[in-house]
Amino acid sequence: MSWTELQTALAAEGYVASDDLAVALQLAVSLERPLLLEGAAGVGKTEVARTLAQARDTRLIRLQCYEGLDAAQAIYEWNYQRQLLSIRAAAEDGETGAAVEARIFSREFLLERPLLAAITQEVTPVLLIDEIDRADEEFEAYLLEILSDYQVSVPELGTITATTRPIVILTSNGTRDLSDALRRRCLYTYVDYPDHATELAILKARCPDVEARLAAQVIGFVQKLREEDLEKTPGIAEMLDFAAALMGLGIADLTANPSVLQATLTTLLKTQSDQAQITPEVAERIAGRAA
Amino acid sequence: MTRVTRFSGRDPGPTARVAGFIAHLRDNGMRLGVAEAELSLEALCATNATTPDTCRRALRAVCTGCKDDAERFDALFDSYWMDAGRVKQKLTKSTPPSANDGVHSSRKGRGQDANAAGSAVAPDDDQGEADSNGTGKLVATNLRNLSRRDLRDLVHADEIAAAEAVARRLGAALRDRRSRRRRAARKGDRLHFRKTIRRSLATGGEPLELLRKRRPDRTRKIVALCDVSGSMGAYSQTFLAFLTGLMRADTAADAYLFHTRLVRITEALRDKDALRAIGRMSLMADGFGGGSKIGLSLQLFADTYARRFVDGRSVVLILSDGYDTSPPDLIDEALKKLRKRGCRIIWLNPLKGWRDYQPVAAGMAAALPHLDLFAPANTLADLAALEKELASL
Repeated sequence: MSWTELQTALAAEGYVASDDLAVALQLAVSLERPLLLEGAAGVGKTEVARTLAQARDTRLIRLQCYEGLDAAQAIYEWNYQRQLLSIRAAAEDGETGAAVEARIFSREFLLERPLLAAITQEVTPVLLIDEIDRADEEFEAYLLEILSDYQVSVPELGTITATTRPIVILTSNGTRDLSDALRRRCLYTYVDYPDHATELAILKARCPDVEARLAAQVIGFVQKLREEDLEKTPGIAEMLDFAAALMGLGIADLTANPSVLQATLTTLLKTQSDQAQITPEVAERIAGRAA
Repeated sequence: MTRVTRFSGRDPGPTARVAGFIAHLRDNGMRLGVAEAELSLEALCATNATTPDTCRRALRAVCTGCKDDAERFDALFDSYWMDAGRVKQKLTKSTPPSANDGVHSSRKGRGQDANAAGSAVAPDDDQGEADSNGTGKLVATNLRNLSRRDLRDLVHADEIAAAEAVARRLGAALRDRRSRRRRAARKGDRLHFRKTIRRSLATGGEPLELLRKRRPDRTRKIVALCDVSGSMGAYSQTFLAFLTGLMRADTAADAYLFHTRLVRITEALRDKDALRAIGRMSLMADGFGGGSKIGLSLQLFADTYARRFVDGRSVVLILSDGYDTSPPDLIDEALKKLRKRGCRIIWLNPLKGWRDYQPVAAGMAAALPHLDLFAPANTLADLAALEKELASL
């Protein structure tokens, strides 16, 4: 599949990928390398993994990282409680020790967590490791090991090797610097806010009902708003909410009714100081320029 | 539209050109090796790259690893493949690359744009004639070559060792116990039920061994901003040694220099060779010893780096005398923004050590209400003496 075909396939699922991103995704698929996506919140990093899974008609396995995430929650864990119960049951049935042991350390008692699940699928899945920068550095090291060998060793069971290599997509918001080792292992793309034409295409793909005039105004407004000095710059999801809100209120022209515009800004501005900064006058000026 | 570089007839083929490109990137400071060259070739095959733009995208995905690299990549790509950035030089014998050629800041390379001694597969010039080997020089970015003072003349190796010891002690003093989550530990204050039950399997369900957990110590992250403007000249030596020591002692620390601009020097200071680290830093600190714009620099810091690197566990350490050429309310606003991130702010002012010192400089006065600690420091001993005060923060 060439990168243009991949781009078309993603577009069919409602995701407008930039050329850069499409090439990187195609490389990640064909070279079987993990792809690291960086970028501000709300530019569609997570969404691209979901759409890729849909487009390829495979499973999406998601690992959400957080501080304190450890191997037991990311790779595998023995189902202790079930093991305990079956030991008790075995004692009453008079089963021998060796048989019980063989049984309770079988795959049946193994709880697969995302990383193990990803390498034991029949069909190549998409593995999304979301916000890798939130996980601890120790976990990053463990992840590196799995991403290079694609195998997990469980002491009681032996080594489980990958049946298929998952397509791995890592995302990062840059709350912490990632290690060079991880960056080297991965392909890399920085996902920026989309330009005017791309964002318009996204809006058209997601809300086909929106009128062309309003769509152009909404995109112009949001793009101009991103240039303002805001604490939290509105992303694509916010833009879609904004468009949906305007459509829900039956507005056809942004400049027509300043008070309604101000009310709908709650979908774009998510902190108190940002809301205070974009006064009705400022909003009207931006809308005027965008129109 | 830029032209695609025409390679000479003697050029050994696409593989060598890609290898030459990787070498070109390496000469311009990207850390790439043989594995990347191989992957680049695979990537070009896999994308079936026929247009320059596809090549550019594929190579960018492979060769870059962070945002800064990705932004520089286009210029580097153009200079190699698109016949841009070509610099003609007089035919002089190039110096053989030294052992640590990968580092920009070796003294030999000072004043040159990059330490690139030309690659064997250099693209030819406009007339289509091949250049002689080893003298062509590819320049992608217009690095300004301002008058620089070499910081290595200011700092000595033994000072760095002493500073490292001080920094280590300060780091230890800043450790605090704040984590909510408990972790398994031999001497914990509470029972770790899950582990206990798990371990009791070995003894037939009898919990013979009791395991404990406790709140772990969490290190505070030190973010140091050092003023290297002209008025701080006399103290720079101490502070730069301290910064270098700090970066070597504490892997989580983060360091910046500012004068009229703000420069992140963390990566440079992590160099294994301490003096080479300072050499790299001096390359980054163009305009060292000039005027200072504390307010603007702090504001820039609060708006950019602080969003990524400063959180409730950070201690922001500002080393400056507070003499500022930008309006004082900028400092006020910047520190307010920083405070909101939940960090502690410490301002170390070398002038405070003077008798009868009053923080009358407008900038200093504006900063005072936001500081957790305002202390004098102009020698390493002063910094070491801060240990107790930092521990009580």
